[in-house]
Amino acid sequence: MASPAERAVGTLGASRLILAHAWVAFAAFTIACLLGVWQMLARSPLDAPAHSASNYFRSVTLHGVSMAFVLTTFFIMAFGYFVAETALKRPVPGKGWAWAAFWMGIAGTLMTALAIASGNASVLYTFYPPLTATVWFYIGLVLVVVGSWIWCAIMIAAMRQWKAANPGQPVPLAMFATVANAIMWLWTTAGVAAELLFQMIPAALGLNGMVDVGLSRTLFSWTLHAIVYFWLFPSYIAFYTMAPRAAGGRLYSDTMGRIAFILFLLYSLPVGLHHLFMDPEHSNGFKFLQMFLTALVSIPTLLTVFTITASFEIAGRMRGGSGLFGWIRSLPWDRPMVLATGLAFLMLFWGGGGGLINMSYGMNAMVHNTSWVTAHFHLIFGGTVVIMYFAIAYAMWPRLTGRAFASARPLLLQLWLWFVGMMVMTLPWHWTGLQGQWRRVAAFDYSNPLVASWGPWVIVSLLGGVVLAVSALLFVANLAANHRSDAALGTVDVPYAEAVHPPARLPSSLNGFGLWNGLVALLMALAYGYPIAQFFIDPPPEAVVHRLH
Amino acid sequence: MAIDEGAILKSELRWAMVVGGIVLVILSAILFAALSMHINPPSNREFADPKTLHTSDEFTEANLGTRVEPDGKVVARIIATQFNFVPDCIVVPAGRDVTLRFTTPDVIHGILVAGTNVNTMIVPGYVAQVHTRFTRTGDLMMPCHEYCGLGHSQMIATVRVVPPGAFRPAADGRIACGERRPA
Ligand code: HEM
Ligand SMILES: [Cu+2]
Ligand SMILES: [Cu+2]
Repeated sequence: MASPAERAVGTLGASRLILAHAWVAFAAFTIACLLGVWQMLARSPLDAPAHSASNYFRSVTLHGVSMAFVLTTFFIMAFGYFVAETALKRPVPGKGWAWAAFWMGIAGTLMTALAIASGNASVLYTFYPPLTATVWFYIGLVLVVVGSWIWCAIMIAAMRQWKAANPGQPVPLAMFATVANAIMWLWTTAGVAAELLFQMIPAALGLNGMVDVGLSRTLFSWTLHAIVYFWLFPSYIAFYTMAPRAAGGRLYSDTMGRIAFILFLLYSLPVGLHHLFMDPEHSNGFKFLQMFLTALVSIPTLLTVFTITASFEIAGRMRGGSGLFGWIRSLPWDRPMVLATGLAFLMLFWGGGGGLINMSYGMNAMVHNTSWVTAHFHLIFGGTVVIMYFAIAYAMWPRLTGRAFASARPLLLQLWLWFVGMMVMTLPWHWTGLQGQWRRVAAFDYSNPLVASWGPWVIVSLLGGVVLAVSALLFVANLAANHRSDAALGTVDVPYAEAVHPPARLPSSLNGFGLWNGLVALLMALAYGYPIAQFFIDPPPEAVVHRLH
Repeated sequence: MAIDEGAILKSELRWAMVVGGIVLVILSAILFAALSMHINPPSNREFADPKTLHTSDEFTEANLGTRVEPDGKVVARIIATQFNFVPDCIVVPAGRDVTLRFTTPDVIHGILVAGTNVNTMIVPGYVAQVHTRFTRTGDLMMPCHEYCGLGHSQMIATVRVVPPGAFRPAADGRIACGERRPA
């Protein structure tokens, strides 16, 4: 048996690379959670320390950017390298490039963080032209994105090399999905890249004094929905390729998994106008079209729910569960991946229901820019997605450090706390949102009777936030403890689930992306061609750039 | 595990059909509401130059607030600025169609009227327009719901919904909260 020192070196070739990315992601996450709790306090009837509007919006900007851009991008890169090495069983190609991308991301993150902390970038993570932050804010974000593009290239190259070495073989589902995500990300970032390069950065540099706000909002919307699917992909990869095995069963259908990932690639892009339902710059026709396409994005999620539930049922029955629901009880809920999947599904149920209402074109008016929306995305993204990030980290860590977790109990406790905290925080937000509580407010005036009636609900949600922060700290403590654990790991093999009927051969359309890229291009031309062209055909009056500093 | 591959395929297809059915039902409900009940998002696409708002006719200061147009329509015009609505209180009648028109000379704002379906973004360069009918009387809150700068949280206006009998505009069709404006 290897000595602890030997084991601590790491067991996968890319361990250091993966650990570096993941720790950056989780450091940003922890800081952001603590800021989140302070924001909850600021919005409540209770006193918050250092409370001022400028601190609040600085904090929300830092919280949003850390969660939405830093946690996600770095975690997804970490997981991608992990999948490339463990599913393809080959070293990650281009490690030098990978490290270059990492340092680029670090430089960008620091630049952005300093810009925000100095108070020169309180424009939230969605940007607000014609509000304009210091140019360092935008350049920092560009660096993070360019770093992630290098990652995309490495993922695509890894799949190509594997295919060349294994002609005619089906690409392992985990890698197929990772590359689907990389390709989607390249498409996704085109919108915001155009906004940054042609509008925001020139404005921040003082090169232009006017900006077409309708155009910038439209370009941002191009990115805004698909980016959420970029964040979501790792969770779905875990659902399909890790959870069934962790439960002791098999994946019900490998083909369905591929189809779901392809549908995500196709339909997550041409739907961004649904973030602009309440905007005046688009007419009803295109809003309706994109609402229609949005409804189609619910299909791969509903397919996933079925396939994973069926896979769990197989596992439960193999473990002796019987009857209509007996198999649920016999599942190994004491394994983090299984528990996280179960809790993720519960949050997906609530968050998805809210999402259907957001999507509903006319009904959106009831909830747009209220706490309802904040509740919806904290449930889906902060809940469903992030709880799977935890489970993935718990699955990756032992393979990275060569050490097993001493006990699963603190891991399970941490997952439960996250679930309970998320529900307690977001259910009241949904309720106050329906009553018109608007979002992005530094402080509510509780002397107003309507606002005062929300007070108790806000305090309940604050308690949920505290539980979440405790869970976040426990998560980091769990990972840190693993680095010092004495429990040796038997194997470094990653337990990806086999399909009940593993595919022997696949049509090339289910084993690559050529066809699908063509279709995405077509759908994007249909959905965004005219909505973008209109700003050039019939240009609206531009707005005067408003500098923050 | 002995499950026939054909059986798996069949169950997946059956479920896909159920899912497709659910989505179709939702879409039909939305389409029905849009066509027969006119439940649409605000989308009138009309320009307003942020630089000349104060000098162009519709949104000049004297024109703001509620007015009953010659054709009998109730229209309220409001400018959203950093960090105020002008005017910050409007009077509207209950139970009657009302059109709210907004624009801004500076940055993005947005409004909702708490407890109603009135909701729109206010984007520089455009007029945002909402048609509605208020049913409850009383003072409703109309906050700015989109981050517009550090004063965003204090940016709140009042929509005073009065019973039809109490809605008595002046001879020129105008009506305001508090003092009547000089004609
Ligand atoms: C301890 C846990 C958390 C707490 C207490 C918390 C709390 C908050 C609060 C109070 C806001 C501001 C809402 C507003 O001003 O209207 C906010 C915004 C935001 N949160 Fe969280 N949050 C937490 C976790 C997360 C997680 C895990 C994510 C995603 C991974 C996330 C993503 C965001 C984003 C993107 C925003 C910006 C929203 C906007 O710009 O409107 N949060 N959060
Ligand atoms: Cu405002
Ligand atoms: Cu505002």
